[in-house]
Parts: sequence; C-alpha cells; structure tokens
Amino acid sequence: MTDIRYLAPRTLDEAISAFAAAGSAARIMAGGTDLLVQMRSGAVRPGLIVDIKKIAEMTAIEETADGGFRVGAAVSGAELAEHPRFGKVWPGVLEAVNLIGSKQVQGRASAGGNLCNASPAGDSVPAMVAAGAVVTVHGPDGRREMPVEKVPAGPGRANLRSGEILVSFTLPPRPPGSGDAYLRMIPRTEMDIAVVGCGVSLTLVGGVCTAARVGLGAVAPTVLLVEEAAKPLIGSKFDDAAVSAAATACSAACRPIDDKRGTSAYRTKIVGVLLKRTVAIAVRRAGGN
Amino acid sequence: MAKLHVSTTINGEPAEFLCEPNDTMLDALRGPLGLTGSKEGCASGDCGACSITLDDRLVCSCLMLAAEAEGRQVRTIEGMAQGEKLHPLQQKFLEMAALQCGICTPGMLVASEALLRKNPRPSEQEVRFWLAGNLCRCTGYDKIVRAVLETASEMREAAQ
Repeated sequence: MTDIRYLAPRTLDEAISAFAAAGSAARIMAGGTDLLVQMRSGAVRPGLIVDIKKIAEMTAIEETADGGFRVGAAVSGAELAEHPRFGKVWPGVLEAVNLIGSKQVQGRASAGGNLCNASPAGDSVPAMVAAGAVVTVHGPDGRREMPVEKVPAGPGRANLRSGEILVSFTLPPRPPGSGDAYLRMIPRTEMDIAVVGCGVSLTLVGGVCTAARVGLGAVAPTVLLVEEAAKPLIGSKFDDAAVSAAATACSAACRPIDDKRGTSAYRTKIVGVLLKRTVAIAVRRAGGN
Repeated sequence: MAKLHVSTTINGEPAEFLCEPNDTMLDALRGPLGLTGSKEGCASGDCGACSITLDDRLVCSCLMLAAEAEGRQVRTIEGMAQGEKLHPLQQKFLEMAALQCGICTPGMLVASEALLRKNPRPSEQEVRFWLAGNLCRCTGYDKIVRAVLETASEMREAAQ
C-alpha cells in the first residue's frame, strides 16, 4: 500500500492550491528525470506528486514582444531543440540544456527541473545565469520574478517559498553582435556530470565587448554569477590580458569540494581554462574573431 | 489508496490498466500489461533498455509514471514488427549479429527507430551520439552502429 497521490492539473491555480495544501510532502514533477530516481532510491517519499506538464504556460516557448524568449519551466530539452528560432538566438543556453543526459532523458528533462533540483553541477543553470534569465514563480501569494542566479540556495535546495512553483524563464532581447556558449569539463564525451561548467554571454560593438556575464557550475555549493570575471572583459577586445584576468577571477571565485569527479585544486585550475575556451566560442558566435 | 485507472493507446490499440500513483510506465508494461519486451536495466534512466516512445518522443519508461500514459500514444518494442514481418532494423540486427545477450536489444531498436524517423540519413557520429543512452555490455557497439547505418541506407533505397 502506498499513500501517495498523483495530480495532473490543467491550470496553475489548481496546481498551486494542491501543492500548497500538501506542504512539504508534495513534489512538483516536470520531466521527472530527477524525481523518479530520488523516489526509487528512497531519498524522497512524496505524499503528492503534482505533474505540471498539462499546464499550457509551463510547456510553451514564446517570443516576447520585445524580442526575448519565455520558456516554460517544463519544456523538455528535445522541444527546445526543435524550436525554429531559440537555438539561433541562444545557442549556448540550448547546448547547455541539451547536454543533460541521453536522448531519452532529453525527451523529458527540463530547464525548470534542472534549476529546482539545485545540483551545483546542473548544466543548464550556468548558461541561464550567463544569459541573464529571469524566472517567474507563482505561489499562494501571487506571482514574482527573480534573477535565475537567486534560485539555488545550496545543494538540493531552492529559494522558493512554501507552495511556490517555478513557471518560466524569460530571456532578454538580444542586441546585434551578441553570442553565448556553454562548455563543461567531463572525462568523456557524453552522458556525464560536469566537473566544472562554464557559461558565457557577450555583446560586441565594433569588436569591443560592451556586455558580458559569466556563470560557473560545480565549483561552489550553488551555481555562481561571477561579476568579477565579466569586468575585465567589458571594454576589452578580448586580448590575452583581459581574458587571463577573467580566468583568474573565475579561479578566485571558486569554492569547490574534493569529490570523486575532481579535486578542489583541479577544479580551481580548470575553471580558468574553460572560461578562455568558452569566451572564444561566444566571441565567434557574436561575430568577432 | 485506490489504484489509478489509466486509459491509453499502446502500439495503436486502446489499452486500460490499473496502477499505483508511483508506478513507473515500465512497471505497468511489464506487470498488468504483460509487455515484457521493455527491460529494466538500471531503473534510473542511464541504460536505455526500457526505451519506448510517448507521442512519438523517445523516453525511458522507467523515468515516466504509468499515470502519465492517460490519453497518450505509447509505442513499445512489441509494436515494431508487423505480425510476422520484422521491421527492417530488426531484420538487419539479426543479419549482422548486432546483439549477443539481447537485454539491450529492444531499447536499441526502439531508439534506432526513433532516430531514423527523425533523420533518415544519419552519420556514424550521429548514430553513436543518439545511442549514447543505450548501454550494451556485449557487442562493443560497432555491429549495432553498422546495422543502423546499413538499415538507414536500405530504407532510403526502398523509399525511392
């Protein structure tokens, strides 16, 4: 016998009232690729599973009036890849989302789930942080927005209030001359968890960097926005000194652990290498050299 | 707690079953539905032996709740052959000995079929990346990859 309930509401209001009423025993399910594994291992024993995939807003990809994108929290990696425009505007965000798991996992896994699962090594998160994504959350007290980097609170913990559900990501309009990229260090080519992840988003005007954001994964208890790494890039033409200063800032921002995937010293060193490579790809995509 | 009643379509035929709210689709397939072609390897989405399609989307049935099948189109390995007539992928896997113990084979076939539907002309690299979520501990993958490429080629010729 189990005393678990499954609900698949069609409206956000229904989902929130059921989720809030069930308290801490409830779990939101988007693709379920983390939740079902956690249930299977006994790490999580929810009294209520709220499947949000029947809620239209959660599964929609829309271009906003100002030229940005709104991506529902439960949109799968495969659906995002099939969107005709998203990957052209945000190739770095798309490649980060698509690095999560196999094709089978991509059929289900979502950026919303990846963010709320709050693994420090979640691949989509550093790219979303670099992109300057803002999330919309909705709870019993209504709707609010926050920058994506404010969501992770620590391994497995998100800064969401009781009864709040992550609804969507809003990515800002893209000025001409912009590019983004995500790279992760893993010891193989596929199907692994990041030892270090690095997301970079840049805008260039006449070869000069006018805006930059850097997100790092797997080097601290949460994914980091590293403003100190963006500063030396902004105003530069990506000369060696500027990029090296950004790499040094990344290493300085790291607070990694030693674990089976890599030592703290290795992560701290490799994050600078990864930053340089990621910047080079983002610059090329932005139309630089 | 009462069991959930699920109405769905499996391999083109209407199907109904009862399940617990936390049963996976793989539990339902192998239990009440008696479709044991989908295998449980890891039960954590790593091995791909339980691959099915849900509304034509390739997924691991171990990472999907059975209750989610309500009103959806599920396809399993059991729906791949047309009666006694094997799907070209199944025929080619046999001809080219693209299997040994056979546990991964249903998942390999379902995943390969999903690939060829989406991309009838995959490169070797595309086949290898697509099948990265299907583990095989016998073949070393080479015969599987070659069988998929050969099938793709023959299916393209047959379609002309």
